[in-house]
Amino acid sequence: MNKLDLQQKANQVRKHIVTALHAAKCGHPGGSLSAADIVTYLYFEELNVDPKNPKMEDRDRFVLSKGHVAPVLYSTLALKGYFPEEELLKLRKTGAMLQGHPDMKGIPGVDMSSGSLGQGISVAAGMALSAKLNNKDYRVYTLLGDGEIQEGQVWEAAMFAGHRKLDNLVVIVDNNNLQIDGCISDVCSPYPIVDKFKAFNFHVIEIDGHDFDAIEAAFKEAKATKGMPTAIIAKTTKGKGVSFMENQASWHGAAPNDEQFATAIADLEKVGEALCQK
Amino acid sequence: MSEVKKIATRESYGNALVELGKEKDNLVVLDADLAAATKTGVFKKEFPDRHIDCGIAECNMMGIAGGLATTGMVPFASTFAMFAAGRAFEQVRNTIGYPKLNVKIGATHAGISVGEDGATHQCNEDIALMRTIPNMVIINPSDDVEARAAVRAAYEHVGPVYMRFGRLAAPVINDTPDYKFELGKGVLLRDGKDITIVATGLEVGFALEAAEKLAADGIDARVINIHTIKPLDEEIIIKAAKETKKIFTVEEHSIVGGLGSAVCDVLSEKNPAPVYKIGVRDRFGESGPAVELLHKYQLDGEGIYEQVKANI
Repeated sequence: MNKLDLQQKANQVRKHIVTALHAAKCGHPGGSLSAADIVTYLYFEELNVDPKNPKMEDRDRFVLSKGHVAPVLYSTLALKGYFPEEELLKLRKTGAMLQGHPDMKGIPGVDMSSGSLGQGISVAAGMALSAKLNNKDYRVYTLLGDGEIQEGQVWEAAMFAGHRKLDNLVVIVDNNNLQIDGCISDVCSPYPIVDKFKAFNFHVIEIDGHDFDAIEAAFKEAKATKGMPTAIIAKTTKGKGVSFMENQASWHGAAPNDEQFATAIADLEKVGEALCQK
Repeated sequence: MSEVKKIATRESYGNALVELGKEKDNLVVLDADLAAATKTGVFKKEFPDRHIDCGIAECNMMGIAGGLATTGMVPFASTFAMFAAGRAFEQVRNTIGYPKLNVKIGATHAGISVGEDGATHQCNEDIALMRTIPNMVIINPSDDVEARAAVRAAYEHVGPVYMRFGRLAAPVINDTPDYKFELGKGVLLRDGKDITIVATGLEVGFALEAAEKLAADGIDARVINIHTIKPLDEEIIIKAAKETKKIFTVEEHSIVGGLGSAVCDVLSEKNPAPVYKIGVRDRFGESGPAVELLHKYQLDGEGIYEQVKANI
């Protein structure tokens, strides 16, 4: 898929995100929108997966460690054809398939239940270890929030992955710089993030997490890296694509009302139209 | 009189893993820098590639186990009960219990019989914690025979299992040719018509001792071994409540939330009957030789006997 197609897919994913959250009347738009380009790239370019066979044995795995941004995963999975897009309108509703946080038991394409921060990276490391133990060549990807890396378990897992030289593991940090209580550097700074992962024996790549050329290059570099896991620190904008949500911590966990939803869709339509003219 | 054979159930755990490891290629053992104490070291010696030492990081170990399980491996995550059920509670709940992953947790050094290490390492809360997790099976074997059978049963059960093992050598009481371990089935070890002692783990042997002493006083005590605390064999408990006058539960665990509570939960809903809970009475443990502590906390044969006599 070329860059323009990926941008259009990501724009579609963002529209799905705000639509699902508007319907749910609650949820987490900010971090969903910041991660949309990375998750789009993963499912439409990087991962060896098959929506018709979600449990394919030797598929690549994706663990959404920052599970609260389930809308970006669900929107991407729906767009990829894992389940009907109408399910997105039932997000978070009683009896719905799409739970507030990813549920692997009920949702096709979800490789791991997640949501309690810091735990997904350990699971991803366990999956990567299994591939090594069984001489399989599938790869494992996990997406963490930059606030999430304040959790101690993240570093237990990083130590383990570095020690075990899990070069089939890619940890992506969605570095949008905001968490619920404000800027990550004001709340309890995890910086320098790059140096930390380096110290835990990771190959570290810093990119603009909204630039598909950079995203592509980073995943290629990760694949070529042997003997150590890779961490991709993706600089992103929280709320990316929706004017009034961008760089606003308050949009971490709030859904748009009708008026805000209309503005959000208009913003994204504009992006879409601009892409069409390219 | 020949000496009764004694072996700590943590030893049985390690030995059973080696046995099972020979048959099952997908079995992996995880530890958190306690392989010498949890006895998974014997497995490491036999199968170095399938023994994963995660270092002193129990929360991550539970996640690694979860990840391995999603790919069809059967991990046995091993550490002290305090860290398996206590420190990593939320990881066990969210990463293993909620997605119903096929992870087995081997928790050793449960209860006050840890001994000299004292209160910080004596976990009297693990059964209570694990009982609250939907999908979790809890096994607390009473001796070597049962512990080895439990490891095999845990492997064969699809879904999360918490196994509780002790540090102290326990007398072998199940060494009979017709011994059979059935997950979720209580075992009638001694029939009796006056009262029933429902015991689990290390306390089963002591309960039998107490029953002997009670018999000498003319009290006919039934003794039931509950090796599987969840799912609980409700039938054997209700039957005992109907046929005897009072139930005494005995566990090397807090009286809050453990076997005693599980028995009360069943009886209060299905067959209200008097129950007296013998266990650690809502307090922390302390340092001391295990045998002395069990005596002090009235959890040896004599202690159980006295508590039954005082509360009958």
